[in-house]
Amino acid sequence: MVEQKGVLVCAEVTDQGRISPITLELLGIGRKLADDLGSKLSAVIMGSEIGNIAEELIFFGADNVYLVDNPLLKEYQTDPYVTALQRLSKYVTPDIIVIGQTSIGQDLAPRLAFRLKTRLTTDCINLDIDPETKLLFQTKPVYGGNVLAVYACETKPQMATVRARAMSPSGRDDSRRGKVIPFDSKIDASLLKTEVVKRVKEEAKGVKLEDADIVVSGGRGIGGPDGFKQIDDLAKLLGGAVGASRPPCDMGWVSSTCQVGLTGKIVAPNLYIAISISGTSQHFAGMLGSKNIVAINKDPEANIFKVADIGIIGDYRKVLPAFIENLRKIAAHGSE
Amino acid sequence: MNEEINIIVCIKQVPDPEGPPSAFQVDSKEMWVIPKGIPPVLSPFDENALESALHIKDTNKNVRITAISMGKKLARAVVIKALAVGADEIILLEDKNFDPKRLDCYSVAYVLATAIKKIGKYDLILLGRQAADWNFGQVGSGIAEIFEIPSITLAQNVKLEDGNVMVERVLPDGYEVIRVSMPVLITVSHEVGDLRYPSMHDIKKSKNKPITTWNIRDLGIELPQGHINLLKLFVPKQEKTCHFVEGESLEEAGANLALKLKEDKII
Ligand SMILES: Cc1cc2nc3c(=O)[nH]c(=O)nc-3n(C[C@H](O)[C@H](O)[C@H](O)COP(=O)(O)OP(=O)(O)OC[C@H]3O[C@@H](n4cnc5c(N)ncnc54)[C@H](O)[C@@H]3O)c2cc1C
Ligand SMILES: Nc1ncnc2c1ncn2[C@@H]1O[C@H](COP(=O)(O)O)[C@@H](O)[C@H]1O
Repeated sequence: MVEQKGVLVCAEVTDQGRISPITLELLGIGRKLADDLGSKLSAVIMGSEIGNIAEELIFFGADNVYLVDNPLLKEYQTDPYVTALQRLSKYVTPDIIVIGQTSIGQDLAPRLAFRLKTRLTTDCINLDIDPETKLLFQTKPVYGGNVLAVYACETKPQMATVRARAMSPSGRDDSRRGKVIPFDSKIDASLLKTEVVKRVKEEAKGVKLEDADIVVSGGRGIGGPDGFKQIDDLAKLLGGAVGASRPPCDMGWVSSTCQVGLTGKIVAPNLYIAISISGTSQHFAGMLGSKNIVAINKDPEANIFKVADIGIIGDYRKVLPAFIENLRKIAAHGSE
Repeated sequence: MNEEINIIVCIKQVPDPEGPPSAFQVDSKEMWVIPKGIPPVLSPFDENALESALHIKDTNKNVRITAISMGKKLARAVVIKALAVGADEIILLEDKNFDPKRLDCYSVAYVLATAIKKIGKYDLILLGRQAADWNFGQVGSGIAEIFEIPSITLAQNVKLEDGNVMVERVLPDGYEVIRVSMPVLITVSHEVGDLRYPSMHDIKKSKNKPITTWNIRDLGIELPQGHINLLKLFVPKQEKTCHFVEGESLEEAGANLALKLKEDKII
């Protein structure tokens, strides 16, 4: 029986060849778990020609970085990624593997768990080492977030994917030392079962939703694309991004990339303004981490007011123009 | 290209996920969520998967759709909707052992895969991206691992083209188009669109479609031992006190909101 020890986190690289924000969150929680276990934190980074950023993972907390650099890993595809990671896990034999609940992680983690004959808890918002058993306690929202469940798993490695914005990101410290270890995953083109014909990316106009400091979101009650013009104006004025609950995306009033929630983007801006959004648990899943929540809704009983810091009860069509106008006034006044 | 194309769609019955928060109560003795006053429905993403299968049937010849649903006790009215909208056949996996409390994703994938093997023919296996009750999002990948076939998750469009499957997969800032040959397993996201409504004619016609029920003995398996333990289940507290901004009129309230945000140094 191989001894399983240490924590392995799976780094993600952005299209621009940088370490993605969730990676810093994974390193943050990974460092804490490794310290609680008195063991090492390893990170794996997969891609093509990514050697130059591997060392950064050390500055952000990893003791070892496994560098899996292969042209076949240039862009994410299920089979080569799962196989490479499976081979690395067999080699590293970690006690815990932590992956982001991202577009990649949602695809990769379940296949890996089945292949390693272990279990996985997806979309965790909290991970803890139980002081007694040293097992990983994994907290996951279920029933759309109406209920929280805590799981532990008997098989090794223990695996979890974590929700974006749920963990505090680790800070950079350039004096940290560690090792970058190249790992040859021995994958070849015969693994490719799928062929990516093209990738169609929508250029974000202005600030990216996930990175925005202010998010202005509209819901079904906005009533149509015209109403979203006002949302857009407000977002522009505040230097923020436009978000939405699911119905406006489904109805094509806004791009589906604007969806905030359980099955959309997870945002945690300084200010989140929810306009004509009722406040379902599935929407909360994407925005409850926001520092300040403002809600405008005509229904005084709307659930959104239960999580809002500031609210206005009323028709947004009446509230919004005056709000925007006064914001403009204040801005003009402030810059005098 | 006259061969039959067999599509399997896995559909799960769940308590209506859009029910009010008060409907989802935790029974701490049973360690389970007991939904109060909301009906069972097909998990929404599974409806999307079914719609995707029907679309393929609309646009191709010789397509046969078999729906599978597993549970301890399935509400006929819920699962039979699959036949009314156009599936050719439904297989119900019903057994007291198929108790969600005792099954983890690993076992669910194993049972469903066994049933698919028993059906015998599969070219395209469609599932929801995640079940709307426990939101695991794993069973599809699990079945693909068991069959050692490729899987594509988070599809927003699935179509057949020259004997291949073309899948649009949702990305955070767009989508990618993936070509894959059959057999393949695909998990479907809501972007494919809502499930169609059955017409009266369809409902009548569906009365003659085959409904097969298999229990654990029919499948000839034992459940794998569960290795994931549910330790705690609770309803999170998230009440804040909301400060309501008012005014003589709503317009004034809107203007006051701008002042309030400024005063509180939020903007
Ligand atoms: C598995 C699953 C995943 C999901 N994932 C997501 C997700 O990621 N994100 C998401 O958002 N949803 C998601 N949903 C859908 C979710 O359950 C709700 O259907 C959705 O969030 C409701 O959106 P809404 O609040 O805009 O609409 P509604 O619930 O219809 O609310 C509209 C609100 O607008 C108010 N209103 C109407 N007119 C006006 C007016 N003139 N002025 C002011 N207020 C007005 C009404 O009072 C009401 O509160 C998911 C559902 C499921 C089952
Ligand atoms: N009991 C079940 N019966 C039929 N299909 C299921 C069942 N459980 C899960 N599935 C399928 O697997 C998908 C993913 O489920 P999960 O991994 O539990 O989130 C669902 O959307 C269904 O398509």
